[in-house]
Order: sequence, then structure tokens, then C-alpha cells
Amino acid sequence: MPAPILGRVTTPAPLPQPAPGPLPGSTPVGPAPVPGAPAITLRGLWRRFGQKVAVAGIDLEIPAGSFYGLVGPNGAGKTTTLSMATGLLRPDAGTVLVHGVDLWAHPVEVKRTLGVLPDGVRLFDRLTGAQLVTYAGLLQGLDRPTVVSRTRDLLAAVGLEQDADTLVVDYSAGMTKKVALACALVHAPRVLVLDEPFEAVDPVSAANIREILHQYVAGGGTVVVSSHVMDLVQRMCDHVAVIAEGHVLAAGTVDEVRAGRSLEERFVDLVGGRITGEGIAWLRTSSD
Amino acid sequence: MVAHLVRLKLALLRNGLRRSAWQVVGLVVAALYGLSVLVAAVAGAIGLSFAEPQLRGDVLVVVGSLVVLGWWVVPLVAFGVDSTLDPRRFVTFGVPRRDLLVGLTLAGLIGIPGVVTALGALATPLAWWREPLAAVAALVGAVLAVLACTVGARATTTVLAPVIGRRRVREVVAALAILPFIFLGPILNGVAATASGVGGLGGIAGFLSWTPLGAPWALAPAVAAGDGVGVAVRLAVSLATVVVALRVWSWALDRTLTDPVSAGGDSRARGLGWFGRLPATPTGAVAARAATYWVRDPRYAVAVAIVPVLPILLAVTAPGASLVLIAGPAAAFTVGWSISADVAYDGTAFWTHLVSPLRGVADRWGRVAVAGSLGMALTLVVVLGTVWYADRWDALPALLGASAGLLLTSLGGASVVSAAVVYPVQQPGENPFGTKQGTSAAAFTSQMVGFLAVGALGAPTAVLALLAVVRESAVLGWAAAVVGLVVGTAVLVVGVRVGGSMLDRRGPDLLQRMRAFT
Repeated sequence: MPAPILGRVTTPAPLPQPAPGPLPGSTPVGPAPVPGAPAITLRGLWRRFGQKVAVAGIDLEIPAGSFYGLVGPNGAGKTTTLSMATGLLRPDAGTVLVHGVDLWAHPVEVKRTLGVLPDGVRLFDRLTGAQLVTYAGLLQGLDRPTVVSRTRDLLAAVGLEQDADTLVVDYSAGMTKKVALACALVHAPRVLVLDEPFEAVDPVSAANIREILHQYVAGGGTVVVSSHVMDLVQRMCDHVAVIAEGHVLAAGTVDEVRAGRSLEERFVDLVGGRITGEGIAWLRTSSD
Repeated sequence: MVAHLVRLKLALLRNGLRRSAWQVVGLVVAALYGLSVLVAAVAGAIGLSFAEPQLRGDVLVVVGSLVVLGWWVVPLVAFGVDSTLDPRRFVTFGVPRRDLLVGLTLAGLIGIPGVVTALGALATPLAWWREPLAAVAALVGAVLAVLACTVGARATTTVLAPVIGRRRVREVVAALAILPFIFLGPILNGVAATASGVGGLGGIAGFLSWTPLGAPWALAPAVAAGDGVGVAVRLAVSLATVVVALRVWSWALDRTLTDPVSAGGDSRARGLGWFGRLPATPTGAVAARAATYWVRDPRYAVAVAIVPVLPILLAVTAPGASLVLIAGPAAAFTVGWSISADVAYDGTAFWTHLVSPLRGVADRWGRVAVAGSLGMALTLVVVLGTVWYADRWDALPALLGASAGLLLTSLGGASVVSAAVVYPVQQPGENPFGTKQGTSAAAFTSQMVGFLAVGALGAPTAVLALLAVVRESAVLGWAAAVVGLVVGTAVLVVGVRVGGSMLDRRGPDLLQRMRAFT
């Protein structure tokens, strides 16, 4: 089964490429993207939930055309940051610029250029996979022939063509991730923001998805992924930011951040919290 | 081990209460209700002790059989009632099977229904205090009956779990289960009518006393009557019931532990459905999604299933009267208002709309289009049906106009309310009867305020239509139709505008609140 899927993925023709500008037919109201601006700029982003400050003043610049990894321990504020950067969560303070345009001031214009895969949310799971991707495409304002052909291409690319007519509620966790990724890609956004895209995804599918993302970056798009698998980020991304307790601890190209060591070692150094010592003595089977 | 399981159940109960004050309120209300049932049971038992032995036995057998039947059947419908101690959670611990079964049986009695059943059963000897031997038999019968209740409930739920576990089946069962509750009054009337007269009761009791449902309760009457064979047979049936139920439960448990239920079905749908038929615009897409959900999501199906209930109920309770004519406008209002929690029904899946360049107004129109078309069709059927039944064709313009107006008004109001507040609702696939925790008073209040506001806006239309029907006035009828359509259209247009711009501004806040529910 993997072989034919891989074969199809490597045919680059049908996959949507990042659209260079506003969609044909859409009236260009509001500000146009600023040429040469970073894909995403976060300035002084704050967010508090009750007593807990989840994001405490994050500044980040994600260059256009980069493959950007966001890493951090559990509860570091990755999901909160990405939610604010994609219009899903209103920041208490700070600005989000996408290609130089303020997201929270001009949400409709900016959202055309963003593809989003959030984590920990439901999908409209009473739709079939094909219907769900079609829905995402139509909501973006694409016309029907375009949506139909892109849906077919995307479902094939993520290996769901057999399950296109199955309800999403009956998908496995990994399949659900893959169909959500297809939804994020359907309108050929200029910037892709993916929260934990590889969680619960099997290695073959993960390889396929990486392949799609690399092609997408090669075509001029920008990808932001969050993950806590350091190895994956080190191999896949060219830029990385380390986040902990709502702050950016380090950011830059992967080589700059890891400074000659493995990303994982550097991460543990930055974040701290390794527990060393004797370990749990009674956990040895020989002590029985 | 048995003590551990009972203690675990108590700890789960306590921690559940600690989660929110509403849980405590719910438990107190349930406890008061249980207490009243218990008091009624004890008083009934004492009162029965003054009746003649024949009637005493018959009443105890019939009521007792209903209790046992309730224990066996209700958990199937209201599934998840006692899943706090799911046997599957004990798979990884080396608990001996015997201890597990005994412990779960006893733990099953912890809770309002268990305590009330057990104490109520133990009160039945009071009915026999004048015949000590029969009282002892009643005590034995009570213990056997309580065992039959709890073990039987475990057996039926475990055996049928693979069937009930299938998503589609559970949804259909749960959606249908609401119907008997709605028809409870008429059903009870019918049963009372057929069983009126002691002869009927005696016949039913005589039959039930030989079945697993009634046998434990029939021990005492048989002893009182000095019927040796009857006592032996009833004792055998009661014991066999408990033993068979235990065996079945144990066997079914083995099967579920080694072969877990998969919720999956062969749910497939060919092609794009509504997405291929409705216009390929954002509004059309929202409408296609909503239409698909009206068909596939039982939460919406219940809203439609309730529509025919009112006219039937009115026709049954007040046959031949013109009262049935209010069913049309009422159906219109209900279907329109059913989208007042639409964003809450979406749940966190609402993010799909938020990441799209979708205007709030487009979202509103898409949802209104589907509920409106469906409401128009249903209302037309109900209005025509009731007018034909009451033979009041003169009232047709008033009723049609007023119904359409009320539908538009409630759609407009619902468009604002569903953009203003979200509160925890049943997510797709959850049991519609399960109580939802953390419904905030504020959310409830704003729903009520919206409901009242829509009621006030619809009042002129409703009053005019009422006058037209009562006075048989054609002029007032046409006035009701015109006022209804004008007011309704205005409310709808304004409601969609206001709701849409609220959604544009507050959409992310709604999503954040819904994320916090889970």
C-alpha cells in the first residue's frame, strides 16, 4: 500500500501551490500583502487564562519561505501562541502581522492566505472526508470545479482516497489529522500553520506529509509546525524557536539554535527540568 | 477487594460532587425525590397491610415487577448511567472474577436509585406484619429481588453492549427513547383504563408472579396463602433468575474483555450530497453542512420528531376542538428557535468557520436557509393537517400567515442568540439524556431573555391570529398574515445582520469558551 501513495505524492503537478496574490474574482478590499515582509510577525503577544499567564510577551519573526519549527515542553504555550497567530484566539495584547498585514485588524483578507491545522478541537465529523475538504474549500470562496479537483488530489496525497466516502467520525486519530491537513491546504495558502501535525500519524503517512510540506516550501510557501519531537524538527525544519512558560528562549535557524550540539540536548539545557540521580531502585525486576 | 470496589465507587461519587456546586444541587434534588418515593413506598406497604391478603399480594407483585423491569431496561436506553465502574477499567489489575462480580453488584446499589430500591424492598415485610411467617418470606423475597435488579441490569447492559455500542443504534435508540416520555400521560391513561377493576390487576399479578420479574415478590403471598408448591416454585424461579443473570453477566464480560466493542460502523455516503447540489458559495456551503447535519445528527432529528407530537396530543386530549389549530404556529416557532444553540452544537468544530474568510452574515444566512426551508415545509403540513381535522378552512390565511411570520421571527431571534452565547450541549454521539455539567446560569438566562424577546416580537401576530380564529373574522385573518410577514421579515433581516456582526467580533471568544468546556 505505501508504494503507490509515495508514487503519487512525488508527482508534483496536482498539488496546490501557494497562490501568489489575492484569488481571482475576489475584490481586493483592505491592505495588500507587503512585499518582502516576513510571513508572520508576532509582537508582544500576551494571553492570560484566569490567574495563569499562558503567553507572556512573545516576539517572533517567521521569514517567508522558511520551514519553521516551534518546540517546547507540555504547557509551554505553543498551542495558545499558534491560536493567536491564526485568528482562533484573541490576544490580550500584541499584534500579529501576516505578510505585513495585521490579522486582527483585517481578519477576512488575512485568512485567505492562511492554512490552519489546530490541535485538540473537533471537526465537523458527521461529514465524509470528501465533504469536509469540500466544505473547507467552499468556505474559502473557491469555485466548485476547483474544489472538487483539489479535494481529489489532496485526499490521494494524504492516502485517504479509499476513505473519501467514510464519515470522519469513524476515522482513526491519524486519519483525522490527515483530513484536517487536507482542509488546511485546499485553498493553497501562502502560510501554513500546523499544531502537532504528526501526532498519532503512522511513519509512512508522516513521510508523505513531510514530502508534501517540503514541496510546498520549495514552491515559495511558509510552514510553521509545533512539535515536541526534537529529532523530527531538527531533520525537517530550517528555523526553530524554543518556547517555555510563555517566553521565547531561543529562536533562529536550526544551526544557530543548536550551536553544534543536537537540538534535543540544547533544548533540555534551555528548558531544564531533567531529573538525574539514582532512579527508582525497586523498579528493577532483579530486586524481586 | 469487594470493600475496595465499594469504597472506589464512594470516592468517585464524592469527587464528582467536588467538581461543581451544581452537582451537589442535582444530588440533593435527586435525594429528595428518592426520599419521597421511599416514604410513599413505606406508607404504601403499611397501608396495604390493612387490605385483604389477595389485593396485598397483587399490588406488591405488579409494582415490584415494574421496578425489576425498570432496572433491566432503563440502563439500555440511558446508557452510561453506571459506567463509573466499567469492568473494562479493571482488566489490567489481577482482580479475581468472583470478587469483581460481587463488588460491582454491591457498588451498583450505591446511588439514589440503588438505595431507594433496596430500602423500599426491605420495607415490603411491613405489609405482612400480621403474618410473621409471610413477613420473613417477604424479607427473603426482597433480598432476592434486589439482587435480580442489580445483577440483571449488569447482565442486560453487558450482553447488549456490542449492539448498543454501535453508534448508529445508540443514536436511534436514544432519539426514540424520548417519545415514550412525551406520550407518558396518554399511555398511563390507556393502561389505567384497561386494568381498571381488581379482576384485571389480579390477572396481571397472577401471570407476573410466575415470571422472573414477579416471583420474588410473590413469595410472601404464597406463604400467607399456605401454598407450599407455590412457595417452592417461586423460590426456585427467583434463585434461578439471580444465578442465570450472574452466569450471563460473567460470560458476556469475558466476551467484552477479550473482544472490545468498536464503535465503528459501515457509515459511508456516496458523493458530495448537499455540497454538490446547493450553490458553491460560502453561504451555500454552510447551508449544505447544516442540511447534512439535520439528516445525520440525532440532536437535530429530535427537534423535527417533536413537531407532530403537539397536534396529536391536542387532538387526543381535546378531540374535535379548534384548540388543535395552535399546533401550526407552535411548530413554526419551535423549528425556528431550534437553531438558537447552533454554534454550541458545532462545538469546537466551529474553528473551521473561524479560519475561513467567512463573514458572520454568510454563516447566519446559511443556517437560516436550511432551518427556514424545513420549518416552512413542516409548518405547511401541520397547518393543512390541523385545518382539515378541525374543518376550519376559513382560518387558513390567518394560520399560514401567522405561522410563516412566527417562523421568520424566531429564526431572526435565534440568529442573534446563537451568536451571543454558547453553553455546554450534548456533543454529537453523546447520550441526549446524559446531564451536562457546568451549564452556567448566565448562559441559561440569556437564552431565556432571547426566548422572551422573540415571544414579545411575535405576540402581535399571534394575538391577531387568535382573534381571527376565535371570531371567525376574515379581515383579522388577513391582518394577522400581513403583520406576521412584515414583522417576521424585518426581525429576520435585522437578526441576521446583528448576529452576523456579533459573530465577526466575538467568534474567537465563543470558540475559546467552548474549548474550556471539554
